Amino acid sequence: MRLTRGERLASRLNYLILGFIALLALLPFLHVVAQSFSSHQAITSGRVTLWPVDFSFEAYVKVLREHAFVNAFKVSLLRTVIGTLLNVVITCMLAYPLSKAYIKGRSAIMFLIVFTMLFNGGMIPTFLVVKATGLLNSFWVYIIPGAVSAFNVIIMRNFFQGVPPELEESAKIDGSSNIGTLVRIVVPLSMPVIATITLFHAVGHWNAFFDTVLYVTDRNLFPLQVYLRELIMFNQSNISNNNGYSANIDSTLLALESLKAAALIASTVPILLVYPFLQKHFVKGIMLGSVKG
Amino acid sequence: MDSDLAAADRQPENHPLRTEKWERFQSLKKYWDLYLIMLPGLAYFIIFKYVPMGGIVVAFQDFSAFAGIRGSEWVGLTHFKNMFTDSEFYTVFKNTLLISLYKLIWGFPGPIILALMLNEVRHMLYKRGVQTLVYLPHFLSWVIIGGILINVLSPATGIVNQFLGMLGLEPIFFLGSQEWFRTVLVVSDIWKEAGWGAIIYLAALASIDPQIYEAAVVDGAGKWKQLLHVTLPSLIGTIVILFVLRLGSVLDVGFEQIFVLYNPLVYNVADVIETYVYRTGITQGQFSFTTAVGLFKSVISLILVVLANKAARKLGQDSLW
Repeated sequence: MRLTRGERLASRLNYLILGFIALLALLPFLHVVAQSFSSHQAITSGRVTLWPVDFSFEAYVKVLREHAFVNAFKVSLLRTVIGTLLNVVITCMLAYPLSKAYIKGRSAIMFLIVFTMLFNGGMIPTFLVVKATGLLNSFWVYIIPGAVSAFNVIIMRNFFQGVPPELEESAKIDGSSNIGTLVRIVVPLSMPVIATITLFHAVGHWNAFFDTVLYVTDRNLFPLQVYLRELIMFNQSNISNNNGYSANIDSTLLALESLKAAALIASTVPILLVYPFLQKHFVKGIMLGSVKG
Repeated sequence: MDSDLAAADRQPENHPLRTEKWERFQSLKKYWDLYLIMLPGLAYFIIFKYVPMGGIVVAFQDFSAFAGIRGSEWVGLTHFKNMFTDSEFYTVFKNTLLISLYKLIWGFPGPIILALMLNEVRHMLYKRGVQTLVYLPHFLSWVIIGGILINVLSPATGIVNQFLGMLGLEPIFFLGSQEWFRTVLVVSDIWKEAGWGAIIYLAALASIDPQIYEAAVVDGAGKWKQLLHVTLPSLIGTIVILFVLRLGSVLDVGFEQIFVLYNPLVYNVADVIETYVYRTGITQGQFSFTTAVGLFKSVISLILVVLANKAARKLGQDSLW
C-alpha cells in the first residue's frame, strides 16, 4: 500500500511519540536504579540522573544485611506462596461444581457470589468480623480474609464450562470418581486459566499492604510493602545506625537516599523476574474476564 | 444400588414437585463429594462477606466494642443525620467526586489513544517492546510507585524540581501542595494504568474485519480517512460500554494510591470516603459513625453499578453480568 507524504510523516511521528511514552514508563525506574548504586552525597547534591555516580554496591549490601528487610522479604514470600496456593485450590473447588448443570442450587450460589462484587459490608464491619475471628496480629490474617475472589471464581467457572463433557464422561466410565476426574482430567486441561489466576493472586499478595495496616501491629509480621512504606514515607530505618555511618549525624536520623532506592529496587526485582509470564497470562486473563457467562 | 434404581422407577413421572425433590436427592447422593468441596469457598463468602453485611446494623447503634452488637444501644438514624450536617463529610464527599471526575476526564481517553497509536505500528518487534514497557507499571504496588514519586518529586533533591530549577522556576512541593496534589494523583494514575487499559481496546481493534479496510482503500480512503471512518466507528461500542461501566464505579477513586501519597498538608483536597472511614473509624474508634459513612458509599455504588449495567445492556452487546 502506498502512503502519501503526509501519512509517512504521521507514521514516523507515531513511532517517535510511542517511543517517548515507553521511555516515560521506564525512566523513573532507571533514575531510582542509578541512585541505588550511587553515594548519598551524590544524590543529595543532585548529580545523579540516569547513571550512577560514585558507583558502589554498598546500599544493596546494607539493605540485604538489615534484619527487618530480610524478615519482611520472608513474610512477603511466605504469604505469596501459601496464600496463592490456598486461593487457587479453594477457587477450583468452588468453581468446578458450579460449572456443572447437575449440581442443584448452583445459580442461587452464583448469585450470592456475584452479589458480593456489587455490595459489601464495608471496612468497619469487615474489620469487626476479622477481629472476632481472632485473626488480628497473626500471619493467617494475610491468607484467610482474602481467600477467594468472586471475580476469579467466575472466570474459572466459565473456563470449566468450556471443557468438553465427553472427556469427563469417558473418565467416569473408566471408573474415575468425581474428584478424580477433576484432578486428573479437568485441572490439566485448564492450566491456562489456572496459571492466570495464580498470577493474579500472587501479584496481589506480593503488592498487598493495606491488610497489614488494618489488622497487624506486630512488626515481625510486616511484609515488604509495609517495610518500604515506613522506610520511604516515614523515613524510619535503623540500617545506617549500626554500619559505621554514625559519624554522619544526618544519616543516623534519616534513611540514606541510596538505601531507600536500593530497598525499592530489591522489592521490585521479584515482580520483574516473573514479568514475562505476567504479561502473557494477564493479557489472556483480561480476555477471559471479558467473556461473560 | 439396585433398590435405588427400583425406587427411581417407581417415581410417578408426571408429578413435578415430587420428581424435582427426587432429582435433588439423586444429585446429592451421586455427587456428594462435589457438594462437599464447595464448602470452604462458601464458608468464606458467608463469614467474610455476608456476616459483615449483617454487621452494617452497627450504623444504627452506638456501638461499643465492650458491649458488642447485642449489648450496644440503638440510635436509629442519628449517625446519618450527623453525617449530613458534618462539614468534614461534605469535603470528603466532594473530594471523592472531584478526584474521580478528574481521573475520568483526563484518564479515560489515554488508553484509547494509546491503543490507536499502537494499532498503526507495523513493526511488530517495536510494538511488542513498547507494550512491554507501558504495561509494566500496572504490576507494581502503589507503595513502590509512591516511593518513586516521593523520590522524583522531592522539593530539595527530586529530579523534577532540578529540571524546573534549570528552567529558572521555583521548586514545587508537589505532594504537600493543595494546588498540585490532585494533579499528581491523576498523572500518576495515568502513568500506572494507561498502558494496561489499552489492552482491551487493542483486542477490539484486532477483531475488526480487514476486509473493511480493503474496501475503504478501494474507495480511495487514505490512512486518515480509514481511522476516521472505519477504526473509530468500530471502536465506539467498546468505548461507550467501558465509559458507562466506569461511571458505575465513580465512587471507587483509587484508595490505595491516595492512602500512600496523602499527608495532613493536603487532607483538605485529598481525603476521600475510604481514607476518612479508615482514619476516623479504625484509628479513632468511631465505629458506628464510619459504618454509616461506608454504608452510604456502598448503597450509592450499588445503585450506580446496577444503573450503569442496565444502560450498557440497553446500548448493546455487553454487560457486567
